[in-house]
Amino acid sequence: MNPVLHPLTLVTFFPLLGVLVLLFMQSERKNALRWTALITSLITFGISMWLLAGFNAQNPDLQMVIDLPWIQVAGWNISYHMGVDGLSILLVLLTTFLTPISILSTWTAIEERVKDFMLFFLLLEVGMTGVFLAQDLFLFYIFWEFTLVPMYFLIGIWGGPQRMYAAIKFFLYTMAGSLLMLLAILWLGIYQGTFSVPELIAKGGIPADIQLWLFLAFAAAFAIKVPMWPLHSWLPDAHVEAPTAGSVILAGVLLKMGTYGFVRFNIPLFPEAAVKAAPWMALLAVIGIIYGAAVSYAQKDIKKLVAYSSVSHLGFVMLGLFALNPQGIQGGILQMVNHGLSTGALFLLVGMIYEQTHTRDFDVYGGLWKLTPIYGTLMLIVALSSMGLPGLNGFVGEFTILLGAFGSESIGSPWYAGLATIGVILAAVYMLYMFQKMFLGPEGSVVEEVKKHGHSIKDLNWREIVTLVPILVLIFWIGLYPKPFFALMAPTVDKLVAAVQAAAVAMH
Amino acid sequence: MLLSEIATSGPDFFYLAPWVVFFPVIGLLINMIFGGRLGEKAVGGIASTASGLTFVVAVLLLISLRTHHEGATVLLAEWISIGELQLDWAFRVDTLSTTMMLVVGGVGTLIHIYAIGYMHEDVRYKNDPGRFRRFFAFLNLFIAAMMILVTGDNYLMLFVGWEGVGLCSFLLIGFWYEMDTLAQASTANAMAAKKAFITNRVGDFGFLIAGMIMFWAFKSVQFDTVFEAAHHVAEHNPGVILAITLFMLLGVAGKSAQIPLYVWLPDAMAGPTPVSALIHAATMVTAGVYLVARSAPLYTLVPQAQFIVAIVGGATALFAATIAVGQYDIKRVLAYSTISQLGFMVAAVGMGAFVAGMFHLVTHAFFKALLFLSAGSVILGVERGHHHAAHGHHHDDHAHEHNEVFDPGDMRNMGGIRKRMPLTFWVYIIGSLALAGIFPLAGFWSKDEILAEALSLNFTVYILLAVAAFFTAFYMGRQVWMVFFGEPKHEAAEQAEESPPVMTVPLMVLAALSILGGALNLPGLGTFTHWIEHTYEKFHLHLHHGEFNITVAITSTVLALLAIGLSWVLYGRKAVTQDQPDPLKRILGPVFVGMENKWWVDELYWAVILNPYIALARFTADVIDWRFWHDWFHDKVIAGTFQWVSRTLLDRWFDQRGIDGFANGLADSTKELAQWLRGIQTGFVRNYALSVFIGVVVILGYLILQ
Repeated sequence: MNPVLHPLTLVTFFPLLGVLVLLFMQSERKNALRWTALITSLITFGISMWLLAGFNAQNPDLQMVIDLPWIQVAGWNISYHMGVDGLSILLVLLTTFLTPISILSTWTAIEERVKDFMLFFLLLEVGMTGVFLAQDLFLFYIFWEFTLVPMYFLIGIWGGPQRMYAAIKFFLYTMAGSLLMLLAILWLGIYQGTFSVPELIAKGGIPADIQLWLFLAFAAAFAIKVPMWPLHSWLPDAHVEAPTAGSVILAGVLLKMGTYGFVRFNIPLFPEAAVKAAPWMALLAVIGIIYGAAVSYAQKDIKKLVAYSSVSHLGFVMLGLFALNPQGIQGGILQMVNHGLSTGALFLLVGMIYEQTHTRDFDVYGGLWKLTPIYGTLMLIVALSSMGLPGLNGFVGEFTILLGAFGSESIGSPWYAGLATIGVILAAVYMLYMFQKMFLGPEGSVVEEVKKHGHSIKDLNWREIVTLVPILVLIFWIGLYPKPFFALMAPTVDKLVAAVQAAAVAMH
Repeated sequence: MLLSEIATSGPDFFYLAPWVVFFPVIGLLINMIFGGRLGEKAVGGIASTASGLTFVVAVLLLISLRTHHEGATVLLAEWISIGELQLDWAFRVDTLSTTMMLVVGGVGTLIHIYAIGYMHEDVRYKNDPGRFRRFFAFLNLFIAAMMILVTGDNYLMLFVGWEGVGLCSFLLIGFWYEMDTLAQASTANAMAAKKAFITNRVGDFGFLIAGMIMFWAFKSVQFDTVFEAAHHVAEHNPGVILAITLFMLLGVAGKSAQIPLYVWLPDAMAGPTPVSALIHAATMVTAGVYLVARSAPLYTLVPQAQFIVAIVGGATALFAATIAVGQYDIKRVLAYSTISQLGFMVAAVGMGAFVAGMFHLVTHAFFKALLFLSAGSVILGVERGHHHAAHGHHHDDHAHEHNEVFDPGDMRNMGGIRKRMPLTFWVYIIGSLALAGIFPLAGFWSKDEILAEALSLNFTVYILLAVAAFFTAFYMGRQVWMVFFGEPKHEAAEQAEESPPVMTVPLMVLAALSILGGALNLPGLGTFTHWIEHTYEKFHLHLHHGEFNITVAITSTVLALLAIGLSWVLYGRKAVTQDQPDPLKRILGPVFVGMENKWWVDELYWAVILNPYIALARFTADVIDWRFWHDWFHDKVIAGTFQWVSRTLLDRWFDQRGIDGFANGLADSTKELAQWLRGIQTGFVRNYALSVFIGVVVILGYLILQ
């Protein structure tokens, strides 16, 4: 097949076509720019649907593989090696799904330098999709680092008052972790003679002590990205300062690159180390769950509350992944999607009211449900999804994770899952706190404040509803009938679990 | 199927089971989408029809069960399936679940109809007629969730309904979310709603843990699979069953308002009265009782757990009854009474008297729904009287009238209602006598069955319940005297007005059920006992058969009559008004103050759990996470060190402005730091990029050349 028309190439690089078109458009024609970006991202989503149609859910291995030699110098074997399997298919879809939604959310929020914004946004999509599809460590690293650049500018140019500080911190923090990963990648490339992930997995045979170091080096990059406690310090800054669409993609997709990294690289490449590290990863995850929930509750800024809730939620994902059993890992992967949907929607919703009120301070809000019944109802559904109400998506992920972790042999004790379950109570505490502060009680002072400027707070308009409805459909769909989603990943996860268990047995 | 089988077997409507959920969902959707264009009657009619149809389905299931005792499971779809974890959307039809469906559908529909009248007035008193539709949408949602709870064929589907009804409870307690119970601008109702949800989540935590232990012990959470393997598991590992049942008890304590998690239910009275009747008296709060009854094959294996459940129930029954004595709000008395009666049921199912517990669940649904709805009728009647009185005044008094906050639910504002609202009065009397356990009303039979069982199974519990029963009759007597007898103590009560038929007809139906409900399980006939036993047959559960005990019956009747007489002595002869202490206070002194203040349990929870958590969360967020970790460690130590190193190593690229970071330590604010960083940003990133580049080159060089 022509490598350019290969589905994986298309789905990854198609947004570049939009970038090319945008470059030749006039910067003043804002709506044309917006439409161009939106249509580009919608076509990309269409391509990902085509990808899904051709995806064989029964096949546990990488599919639609494309493997072309790329850089072959001095014994180095770097190739353009892409492939998709059960671990990545949902995340690719999540990326192509959230990108047009985010673009649609910027319609009236971004008025400055629309062209540049759309350029960076589409470039970001290329990087993210590439991260989930690359099967060559070097190629992966390039995509991984590449995502930093557009995000850096999205925060740095269109962000809030402290945007430069937040952008730099985001950039440097992530870079620092990536550097250790780069060293580990180079070690693998040199001592194992290949950068190809499937080949490296097949080869195995890395001594246990070295495995542990490599595991830690990869983990450094991924744990910062997730972010795992206590490496989360960049997250509140980045989220609070980023424009809405940036926050949506940051929470929705970029953080998942970290958790994905663990399940794609750390666990299969260094299975013995993963088994050994499991209790420690679970410990950090549980601390993150409780800590994130408690800190969330004490925030005065709505966006910060949502940002810290991510620390808690991603803790669940990590707990599931390192349960190293089918329930935990499948739940973990599904929860990546769930978190992308619900936290993405939360950021969208917060952005929608911020456009009208220009404040995110809890204390000035109150009683909004009466003024904006649609907005309030959608926020309620999303908040419930986020705190794991059964029947909605969050519960399916959370429960399977907790169940997996509870009986996990690698974690070794039900205490971790038991403590993590407290996070379920605490999630209700901070989410209901947010909902109550904003929507219940008497009218907050912000309503008067907006009136003073000659406006009144308006309910969601059609564009905003259209932005949210696809997410809501998935929230219910995954909550009530997650079977098709689990079916996509089950064979791959089973294979991964079998491999890890074989390694664990070999250890003893 | 063989011809002979068809001839002998009755009709089989089991396949209809999922419709108990579908009908209310359809009603909800119609009202949500088109309700805005429909009138109140249409909206209420659609919601009531949806609820009524679930009752019809439940009756058809009942008919089917008469010939097919074994029931059926109707599989709708696979839900979650990972490895050994197999969870289905499957509806279980047996005598136990059908009993619940009948109660939920039957009482639920009556309350729907009543609510058409009640909410018509309520939304007008509160100046927001648009909210009528929302109420019925929530009510239908509740029926759907409750039906999922009672029909689920596995613990997780039950849990979906379990949290679903909790959500509806939250939405309906906070229905008037911008005010308090006196319709003043406040967050009080919203806080009550949140309290209910979060307290229930604590219980749900227990439920989830129980579910996880169960899965890993049984590799299933499906009822039949678990129950059939229970004996085997108990032989090898009795601790597992004990853990499951005790964690489950935490869930029961949350949903069914038992010690220590009962505190949310009294506050839940902030919801409109039909909600108090439906959710917080007749159906949702009995879910915990249902859960224990459903899990009978597990509980019967661990006597220790049974003992603890029974004691929790008995203690709650008595404790809540004492508080009910000290309340002045008509609904709060009923709320504590509900907690107390739930205690009776929990104690019963805890002791293993599953039939008695379920029997009391059913009769209690009748008379407690009746009492709440009648109380709602009283409150609205007084409210109407209040409006009459206000309009009768001259315009000068109008301003004064608006300043005074009138509480139509305070029993000290009532008195003499009997003459103004005769119909409400009579049904209230019926409900009260049924609750007090007076022969031959429904409550007499079911309560005595519990007491008789307790006498033979657990004497401590018997004493707790018998004393609680005495208190029950006393606080109901106190309430009836204060509300209906004597002279009106407020002009609103003086001019109170009877409710319209849309409200009183459901009251009369419930009154009839409260009188006749005991016929379900008369001594000697045991209709209900045989009916429920079909559910337990296949697990070969050896159920204890309570005999009617004439001594118990006479003792409790005498106690109840004594209590009513005592209440007449204290409250029947002389009116209690707001400006004088309760007559009982003169006798009991500080003990009554304790009852009045709900034994300060809420205060205790604030001091021991809530305030410490809030303080800890703030400390973690502000000091640990922000000032220490974010500002000091990251901005000062890491960024500062790096900057210092860069300055030393790469001085000439570096912009010298504002370098004081490292020394300043904790004291520096983020703002200064941000400015500082902004000042050096260009050099900073370039420096960093350069060092990264150099580092990579050095490492690559080393690796390649070594």
